[in-house]
Amino acid sequence: MEKMIAGTTVTVNEEGYLTNFAQWNKAVGEELAKEANLSLTPRHWEVLTYLQNEFKNDVALSIRRVGKSGVVDIKEFYALFPNAPLKTATKIAGIPKPASCI
Amino acid sequence: MKRLIILGAGTAGTMMANHLQHELDSNEWEIQIIDERVEHHYQPGYLFLPFDIYQPEDIIKSIAEFIPKGVQLLTAGIQQIDAPNNQVVLKSGEALHYDLLIIATGAKIAPEEVEGMKGAEWHKSVFDFYTFEGALALRNKLREWEGGRLLVHITEMPIKCPVAPLEFTFLADSFFKHKKMRDKVEITYVTPLSGAFTKPKATEALEHLLHEKGISIESDFAIAEVNNEEKKIIDYGGREIPFDLLVTVPTNKGDELMARSGLGDDLNYVPTNKATLQSLQYTNIFVLGDASNIPASKAGSVAHFEAEILTENILRFIKGEPLKEEFDGHANCFIETGNGKALLIDFNYTHEPVEGSFPFPGVGPLRLLKESRINHMGKLAFRWIYWNMLLKGTHIPFVSATMQEAGKKFD
Repeated sequence: MEKMIAGTTVTVNEEGYLTNFAQWNKAVGEELAKEANLSLTPRHWEVLTYLQNEFKNDVALSIRRVGKSGVVDIKEFYALFPNAPLKTATKIAGIPKPASCI
Repeated sequence: MKRLIILGAGTAGTMMANHLQHELDSNEWEIQIIDERVEHHYQPGYLFLPFDIYQPEDIIKSIAEFIPKGVQLLTAGIQQIDAPNNQVVLKSGEALHYDLLIIATGAKIAPEEVEGMKGAEWHKSVFDFYTFEGALALRNKLREWEGGRLLVHITEMPIKCPVAPLEFTFLADSFFKHKKMRDKVEITYVTPLSGAFTKPKATEALEHLLHEKGISIESDFAIAEVNNEEKKIIDYGGREIPFDLLVTVPTNKGDELMARSGLGDDLNYVPTNKATLQSLQYTNIFVLGDASNIPASKAGSVAHFEAEILTENILRFIKGEPLKEEFDGHANCFIETGNGKALLIDFNYTHEPVEGSFPFPGVGPLRLLKESRINHMGKLAFRWIYWNMLLKGTHIPFVSATMQEAGKKFD
């Protein structure tokens, strides 16, 4: 379905994840963060950029891998994106929800 | 004479030994299979041990019984796979050259990955049921347990048989009802996922069943530690859940051998082409079953479907022909739901489990994603099929290696 965010029309799935990363920009990210009741600090952006790069390199994301990345440890990841950090962070980053599991 | 070596004589390796013994010319190829163990365990049976439904003798046979004549079985530990030099180095120091290698070393639990999991309460009030020892210790505990808070917990994905913890939960509900003590037990299902299962339609059906049986669910729980003194589990977000009895599925990992050999990812799974089952690093190495990193379920049924396709690809590789990119992630699992009933799910990489009929479209007799007695009979019959057909590489009638779309209700 289509959704208007920060003046841009984006396509999202039924859970609100962008289906086309090319439609993402920083303003869209800020707006998605607001929907999750978060305001983004430079530290958030470092993590979001890391997640986007992993996505571009076709790396399957998991909490474990993020924790061992050297970018952020799991405790801080939770502090930045409370409750379900990987799900929240990937949504804001405009990349698919990790299919960590079969 | 050329040599093909299979590492691991579990479900996947044994099936492959049987397939290849039929297909390869014994004048040209020598086949060896290596495992350090001597017993073959029917792993799906671990689920039934804690509830006294199966006894140990129902699930243990010898490895040698299932290795065909013409395949040489070596009982030995493996130190390293020296892939650049095409050789396997045994713990004894002996090096074996191979022309083709099949890795089927499986996956195992690694409770040491979580702080405090293998602590003072391990096998006292904290149990796994993914090992024979764990399942047996849990059986002894359940025989005398008087009730309290039971947590059934998954540490992180991927795990072997992703439906097993749910089945354990349903069987526990049924077990305590039969013992007339269900009112003394509070059952909670704790998962790192956002729902009961990884696929939406099955999640809906399974959550309905959990609700019906009075089982609560705690989702998105990423465990940080087990606190042995206060008997509680704590997640990275600070959420705490107390327990009297914790039944956990620890982190699953591939064999340490992969780390020693430089062949594994961060969980010791071997990076593998998901359609051809060839290693991404070395063309003369193939990977079967739980040992690979392909995004399919880690389950015996998957290994069975893979084995049919891998056999063909090994023959093509030997002839220098292009490999068939055919494996679709097909999995087929019975899910015990307690009280003599079960569900059946059938799915692959791209199609989630849905309702329908199986194996004959529109006929059945098995119903997909619906509880029934006949599905439960299917689950119990499966043990016979496992020992008598599956391990021997016999094709199971009417069930194809790739998933059938007919008979399934997709949207």
